Amino acid sequence: MTNPETPARAVEWPVPRAAAPRLARRLNLGDLIFRALTAGLALLIIAVLASILVVLIYESSVSIRTFGWGFLRSSAWDPVFKEFGALPFIYGTLVSSFLALLQAVPLSIGTALFLSELSPRWLRAPVSFLVELLATIPSVIFGLWGIFFLIPWVRSYLNPTLAATLGFLPFFQGPNYGVGMLTASMILAIMVVPYVTSVTYEVFAAVPSVQREAALALGATKWEMVRLAVLPYGRTGIIGAVMLGLGRAIGETMAVTMVIGNRAEISASLFAPGATMASVIANEFNEATYELYVQALVEIGLVLLIVTVIINALARLLVWSVAGPDANTRRG
Amino acid sequence: MQHKLEVVGLNAWFGTYQALRDINLATPDRHVTAIIGPSGCGKSTLIRCLNRMHEVVPNARATGKVLLDGDDIYAPGLDPVQVRARVGMVFQRPNPFPTMSIFDNVVAGLKLNGARQSRAGLAAVVERSLRQAALWDEVKDDLHASGVSISGGQQQRLCIARALAVEPDVLLMDEPCSALDPIATAKIESLIHELKAHYTIVIVTHNMQQAARVSDLTAFMYLGSLVEFGPTGRIFTTPERKETEDYVTGRFG
Amino acid sequence: MTTVSTRRRVVNVVAQAGAVACTVVVLVPLVLIFGYLLLKGCSSLSWSFFTQLPKPVGEVGGGMANAIVGTLTLVGLACSLGLPVGVLAGVFLGEYGGGRVAWVVRFCADVLAGVPSIVIGIYAYTLVVLPMHGFSAYAGGFALAVIMLPIVARTTEEMVKLVPSTLREASLALGVPTWRTTLWVVVRTARGGIITGIMLSVARVAGETAPLLFTAFGNQFWHQGLTGPISSLPVQIYTYAISPFDDWHRQAWAGALVLLLLVFLTSLAVRVVTRGQVRSVV
Repeated sequence: MTNPETPARAVEWPVPRAAAPRLARRLNLGDLIFRALTAGLALLIIAVLASILVVLIYESSVSIRTFGWGFLRSSAWDPVFKEFGALPFIYGTLVSSFLALLQAVPLSIGTALFLSELSPRWLRAPVSFLVELLATIPSVIFGLWGIFFLIPWVRSYLNPTLAATLGFLPFFQGPNYGVGMLTASMILAIMVVPYVTSVTYEVFAAVPSVQREAALALGATKWEMVRLAVLPYGRTGIIGAVMLGLGRAIGETMAVTMVIGNRAEISASLFAPGATMASVIANEFNEATYELYVQALVEIGLVLLIVTVIINALARLLVWSVAGPDANTRRG
Repeated sequence: MQHKLEVVGLNAWFGTYQALRDINLATPDRHVTAIIGPSGCGKSTLIRCLNRMHEVVPNARATGKVLLDGDDIYAPGLDPVQVRARVGMVFQRPNPFPTMSIFDNVVAGLKLNGARQSRAGLAAVVERSLRQAALWDEVKDDLHASGVSISGGQQQRLCIARALAVEPDVLLMDEPCSALDPIATAKIESLIHELKAHYTIVIVTHNMQQAARVSDLTAFMYLGSLVEFGPTGRIFTTPERKETEDYVTGRFG
Repeated sequence: MTTVSTRRRVVNVVAQAGAVACTVVVLVPLVLIFGYLLLKGCSSLSWSFFTQLPKPVGEVGGGMANAIVGTLTLVGLACSLGLPVGVLAGVFLGEYGGGRVAWVVRFCADVLAGVPSIVIGIYAYTLVVLPMHGFSAYAGGFALAVIMLPIVARTTEEMVKLVPSTLREASLALGVPTWRTTLWVVVRTARGGIITGIMLSVARVAGETAPLLFTAFGNQFWHQGLTGPISSLPVQIYTYAISPFDDWHRQAWAGALVLLLLVFLTSLAVRVVTRGQVRSVV
């Protein structure tokens, strides 16, 4: 049976080799070199991370030795008198982040529920794209918008309203400048929302549909189905997403620096200016004229690094336990 | 008849699971040998051991000897890359490289190995290989179309051309027609008839009728062992073993 | 058949309306920011904005030419360091990534991606600015490269993993050595995805300000070579925004609009080209 389309005479067949080339031992250098090269560069990532820690410890060693653990407890930040204590910034970071999460988490869960349960299919992609766009806005642009739009609005409308209605609480007392902890927390909330939403959406999407169907088959309304099947299943994942958001908020620098007022003070009032660990470094690093000053700032950076790493690592583990190790938790 | 490929005491494992048990067989030059058997019998594993593709899978290993013209391809220290240049393979699903044209696909084996040939030299190889694979007339007008823009049957013949372009001694085919329609299958079967005058071919197939049509020798495998091996005509009409008879008469498999 | 009580029905509707409301509230800042930028920045975008240097303090006019060129320079430096390392590390993770070493690398990459960029600024300051006794484009580029590295590595890994193993096998079966197979078949097939990952990381580092504050520092004039301080768009925006001069505020808006358009268009392009496969949040 010859193929009628190709007459045999038009085909060149291989000339039989007189002696087949013998198989001989040969070292495969190419594979070894390539694997070593790529492995080496991959290990470089570990080296970079480790060296960041080492560098920061080294560059703050004088400050660590000088102040010891008291550095974390003292609220005296006085470059003129060479007294350095990180407490105002730790306080500022914690309060601003906590407030930010307070605002962001309900909004994020609501949005994630909309995307996973309520949204018509054609709306899902555009809306999630828009939410992700929010995450791509550079921090400095948030800060710029914060200075010229949010601060005046907070100063003229929000703070007076809060003072009038909730002024019996110490949080809403005191002079109103517009800059301050409250404004910073609002900007942080906006910046954190897309991350928490994205991960929470993925967590909800990982809930098996049989769980949803079981609830609906019992006669549950849509909301009840969410309460019975989706939320409990995703609880661990939500906590993980929130922690990721926390990690993000803690490290946020520019937008916070531009709206928080940069004063190293601890105050109960949310109207009062403050500072965070990230913002004080951004503000004062270039003004640090002597070694101890620089070292103290680097030590704050070290605290920031350690806290962020721990929170991010925990968050990742939590999300993986629900949505699997391939879940996209890379929210840098 | 010199034995082109001789398998001596071949055992193969995936981790701790033993997929091949003590396989011994010899295939003569310029003949088609078919390997048949029910799913999971190890026929794909066996053919992948013949060009050292078995060990590409993590945790897979093989012991024993496979002699190509008398040289053991499993000799310690031997680079599998050399073996695969002499023993080519066509896979179950056509897998032309999607980022390359038909032309580039055919000479991929040469180019990727850094062989330096002139444009004219490569063009000659392309025409020769595509003619050998009975694909030349269908694609000669647009060799720069993407390798995945042609039909499934044509893609498989492109893969055959690609394998032939490196001038192997042996061509291994792992169920080459199972993803193709009957017309494409018929074309490839007639192609095998032409090719066997020039190459040693080993073909795995789950289709007994196909084995009966194209092969000179048939090996029947079951549960990792070689049950019976012999001329195709005898295997299908007067098999010596009961398992073989049960399989070829359709009692299981 | 039980009827759903009115209370349950009301709760259901309220809850769903709440979810919709959350989504709207979340998207409002996006509209506000983009709209505000357009409003305030558009009018200041002129030829002179793109071609002139900043005028001395207090004077009206001038542009951000040096900042734009500075950002391009810094991103170029970051890519020249971060891309080779990131892509090849990603190839390692994708191709040889089964073992414990790869797991540790992956974990470190994810942790590195979460390190605040200001801390990376300190890192670059210590490693580059101190030994060089001054701010430089190299320092800024280095900081951005470190930020870029884990993102590029992980997206490259993901894209490499998507290449079907049957293509790898086809190449190996032709007698092509493993390393050539990886480079010329696997990476080549994955190159579209790898490039989109690179584009996203470029858009990300182009907008970074904090790590540049004490590495590249900033420059009101053209930079003198790569060993001196260099201006950049985000730092310039920041400097102008916190200044007391109205004209500088105006230019900050324009600069922000340029930066935002760059970032948005990249995200949109990636989303369209990959048909929604690649998320823009990296």
